[in-house]
Amino acid sequence: MAQATIDKARPVRIRRRGRVGPGVASAFAVLALFALIGLAPGLFTDTSPIETDPLAALRGPGAGHWFGTDQLGRDVFARVLHGARPSLLLGLGATVFALIGGTLWGLASALGGRVADQVGMRLADIMLSLPELLLALFVVTLLGRGTVDVMIAVAVAAMPGYARLVRAEALVVRRSGYVEAAAGLGLLRGVLIVRHVLPNAIGPLLVLGTVGFGTSLIYASGLSFLGLGAQPPSPEWGAMLSEGRGFLETAWWIGVFPGAAVTCAVIAVNVAGRHARARFAGGIAR
Amino acid sequence: MSSPPTMADAPTPVDASAPAEAAPSADPGPRAPMRLLRAVGARLVAVASVLLGAATLAFVGLKLLPGDPVATLLGPQTTASPAVRAQIRADYGFDEPVLRQYLHYLGELLHGRLGESYQLQQPVSALIGEQFRPTLELASAALGLAVVIAVVSAITTAGRRSGLRSALSAWELVAVSTPSFWLGIVLLTVFSFRLQWFPVAGTEGVQTLVLPAVTLALPIAGVLAQVLREGLETALAEPFVVTARARGLSRIAVRVRHAFRHAAIPLLTLSGWLTGTLLGGTVLVEKVFARPGIGALTLQSVNTKDMPVVMGVVLLAALVFVVISQVTDLLYLVIDPRLRKG
Amino acid sequence: MSTDFSPAPASVSASAEPLLVVDGLDVAFPGREPVVRDVSFTLDRGECLAVVGESGSGKSVTARTLVGLTGGGARVTARRLAFDGTDLSALSEKRWRALRGRRIGLVLQDALVSLDPLRTVGAEVAEALRTHAVLPRGQVGARVPALLTDVGIPDPARRARQYPHQLSGGLRQRALIASALAAGPELLLADEPTTALDVTVQAQVLTLLGRLRDEGTSVLMISHDLAAVARLADRVAVMYAGRVVEHGPTERVLTEPEHSYTRALLAAAPTGRAKGTRLSAPVGPARTATPPAPPVGDVLLDVTGIGRSFRGPDGTRHHAVRDVSFTVRAGETLGVVGESGSGKTTAARIVLGWERPDTGTVRFRDAPWSTLPESARRASRGRIQAVQQDPLGSFDPRYSVARILGEAVAAAGLPGGRLRPTRAAHRARVAELLDLVGLSADLLERRPRDMSGGQRQRVAIARALAPSPDLIVCDEPVSALDVSIQAQILDLLADLRAELGLALLFISHDLGVIRHVSDRILVMKDGRVVESGDAERVFTRPEAPYTRELLAAIPRAPTPVDDGAGRGAGPDSAERTAGRVLSGGVVP
Repeated sequence: MAQATIDKARPVRIRRRGRVGPGVASAFAVLALFALIGLAPGLFTDTSPIETDPLAALRGPGAGHWFGTDQLGRDVFARVLHGARPSLLLGLGATVFALIGGTLWGLASALGGRVADQVGMRLADIMLSLPELLLALFVVTLLGRGTVDVMIAVAVAAMPGYARLVRAEALVVRRSGYVEAAAGLGLLRGVLIVRHVLPNAIGPLLVLGTVGFGTSLIYASGLSFLGLGAQPPSPEWGAMLSEGRGFLETAWWIGVFPGAAVTCAVIAVNVAGRHARARFAGGIAR
Repeated sequence: MSSPPTMADAPTPVDASAPAEAAPSADPGPRAPMRLLRAVGARLVAVASVLLGAATLAFVGLKLLPGDPVATLLGPQTTASPAVRAQIRADYGFDEPVLRQYLHYLGELLHGRLGESYQLQQPVSALIGEQFRPTLELASAALGLAVVIAVVSAITTAGRRSGLRSALSAWELVAVSTPSFWLGIVLLTVFSFRLQWFPVAGTEGVQTLVLPAVTLALPIAGVLAQVLREGLETALAEPFVVTARARGLSRIAVRVRHAFRHAAIPLLTLSGWLTGTLLGGTVLVEKVFARPGIGALTLQSVNTKDMPVVMGVVLLAALVFVVISQVTDLLYLVIDPRLRKG
Repeated sequence: MSTDFSPAPASVSASAEPLLVVDGLDVAFPGREPVVRDVSFTLDRGECLAVVGESGSGKSVTARTLVGLTGGGARVTARRLAFDGTDLSALSEKRWRALRGRRIGLVLQDALVSLDPLRTVGAEVAEALRTHAVLPRGQVGARVPALLTDVGIPDPARRARQYPHQLSGGLRQRALIASALAAGPELLLADEPTTALDVTVQAQVLTLLGRLRDEGTSVLMISHDLAAVARLADRVAVMYAGRVVEHGPTERVLTEPEHSYTRALLAAAPTGRAKGTRLSAPVGPARTATPPAPPVGDVLLDVTGIGRSFRGPDGTRHHAVRDVSFTVRAGETLGVVGESGSGKTTAARIVLGWERPDTGTVRFRDAPWSTLPESARRASRGRIQAVQQDPLGSFDPRYSVARILGEAVAAAGLPGGRLRPTRAAHRARVAELLDLVGLSADLLERRPRDMSGGQRQRVAIARALAPSPDLIVCDEPVSALDVSIQAQILDLLADLRAELGLALLFISHDLGVIRHVSDRILVMKDGRVVESGDAERVFTRPEAPYTRELLAAIPRAPTPVDDGAGRGAGPDSAERTAGRVLSGGVVP
């Protein structure tokens, strides 16, 4: 109804909050499972992920080896499970690092005066004009290969996006009616920032961070796939895919299963991220 | 947040421009060419500043590169004498003060010279020029495919609560979440190795382009379809849609004549992301399908720390980005008259 | 002129049935209570029927149903729903399309969003002509300016090439009406056609609708504003909670309302009612009459020659406020009235210390105010508080009512908000504030967005009261509220003012509201004060031409209402019934 006046309480919204559909529930279940596998892969398999067995090389998926074996006879299932920890940590570390860096960067820009704002935002503009993956590759060129280097590279590439968001949110919140109203009560600037500005500016960031976690997972495993991150024989999913690329004709399972693991993780993260976004939009923005 | 308040006093931006009644745009006056010139000038400055920024960033990267550049240049198995090393040092200007090197580098850039590859002993511009075509083919094929898939998927399902809609939404979610390098491997396994419909590698002919383009396109199509559908649904919820339908327009006519232009606006905002994803994606896709191209060149240079080439690619990416964002800005004005001034 | 709108050659309507017959209409959306229940009315050719009700009364849904655009999977049933003898309840989409635009036109509230903002006004007007092939294609372009001229748009050829945002609100609304009339419909449905407009423009659009009616178009007008429709409608149907509660000739409904809800509506409209009378029926612990206003004291706020300009997006400077001076004495209410863009909000923000004036000064309690640095002003900020039009934006979205008021009490207890009063004292103060604004303690744990507009405004007032201010700046505090809620909030402010000796700087575009609350009045236009003086004087003997124009444009119900049907009719019974009806559904 396109009516001018607003005077209806909206109890519907209260009901909507907290309800979770089956899709979202299973996404959280998958995430929990992945986390558990990452923490304790030994709970799910006794097979070693690095022990080679030349006699059992390149066996297809079957009873003995659910996901088959690779060219060295290593069990792919065990490798995928043991790969959860390094792969997820890589994405998670990059996201956390990017969030922290982006928040500091954005807050410095928003609250640090004109010069800081100009410098900070111009740098962000330039970095955002480059494809994220290319930026990460550029950083890897500087740092060299390795897990930590890839993590830093992915984080640096994601940082300017977060910085922009934090700055924009902080500015919006700072000018919002409730901050003015609180200032009108005579509250100190510091109290205002801690009590009203930060908590309200951080919500959208966490929502974006959830989705960003998915992206970081893809890029981090992508860099490993390119041979720049985790190195063999480490059972990292991207690196496994890279190895599997050479055996597609004879043994598709070597590459397909680790890639499926990445995809499952990213789907689950994205569903959770959408849920967070919808909840946030329904809970706060309206 | 809430429905528009009854008779708001708060002057909305539109209210501010309401006195258009007095002197509207119909008569731009004699100063119009000047205004146009100024607008073009402002855009050029914007383009130049991003390019300068990217060049500076690349140069800083070059200087931050650990190790002796001469050693990188000569490679690990060198037997070059100190005299040769000194010669190289002088040739490349490694001895000069950093600021001088920077200015020299910028001067070269102005003349279109991107420097010379450390490893391949060729001008970077020539290297990029050679690899440009396959990448351009791949990117444009993928873009076209993605747009077609997205438009079809969005039009058929926007605003409808049906099984088809949820199936397509689920498909989009999977597409968005799938890493392209894995998708490429799966497609290769199925269509090249099992069914043998498409060649495994190579760049000759349309056949070789199909799988890489699909690989690059699907995740992009997923995002585009989501945004397009959301835009359509937002537009279809606007009051002017009721007005248009109350005029006797059919559902389809409302979509085509009214809602589509509105939905195109959020799509435009994606152009920057789209450029980046296409360019970045080629690195992975070219690796999976063993295709030559800018991506493969980049990867090779990163592996050999061939900084001039990486810098060249960075500058190319920045150039493509600014050109596309300028075009996007113009498209905004074409689509949305509210953004036009005067 | 009238030929342009001559209704399309009607299929010879043999029956003596009125043009539109609605009998026993029910509309329900899936999973919810029916929004329209057993609604019946008829409309004859060349007649104007006004359907009046507050938001949620089902009036807009009724209008949409009459063009087959109820939407949302609604279930529509009726004993009879007929237009010119055609049964509407079983119409195919194709036959609906032939009716829409061609024989029934629809005009919505805000032309800025009801016309496609990406298309020119001319394209929108032409669309109905093209869709129904009213004219040969080649003649459509020539017809559009004629249609625009007919709704009173000057320079139509140029306007046709412009976009909705380039027109003023009044012209835009006319263009929307022209697009609805383009194909010559016999029936025009106008859903709140003037609600988004300033009063003077509102009057012009109503005049236009009146002319159309006189020329033979039937008009079904939907509005929340009884007074606005009074000048136009032949008959009025009052809707409440999905039902028509009263239906009759306009004159009769306004002067001798039968239903208590109609009486409450009439009484609640502050238009033209003298100050010191209560608008809302007493709810809860009855305050018999408005207590006398507190004695007016010394000058509290002294504003001298303030000016403020902003840079527009195109680089030009726009003067929001120029050389404005006024004073507010302790315990006094100064009303500031003006249309949108007149600078009243900027003036308020300067008084609140949110905006620094470019020129001029503001002194508060005989001390500098506008020139103080924020650190020096902070300690006295509590002395001036604000109540905004949209209180929702002024609450931290994460906060419950208890936390909102708690923060205010804590801040007021000790300047700077660093220490808190004892918990018990703290809680007692919050309870006291809630009681002052007439809210129950049950609401403490609610968040404002889960409350009604009236409740939110009460919370905003409670928060403003927490530091025991001397002055409250109210910027359009009731504009977003339904008229009966509006009345309660205005009464609350009057009570608080008397009880606590507050001074109010009360800003509104609504002359009725301003007259009701103000001791003195300031009329603003284009950033300047064009008239100021004692409230009664300004209303009875306006000096500035602009003030006269404003007063003339007020939609006014016939005089008998001014004596307060709700108060006069019947000693107790009417009063109490009205109260009950209101509290049944609308009272917070």
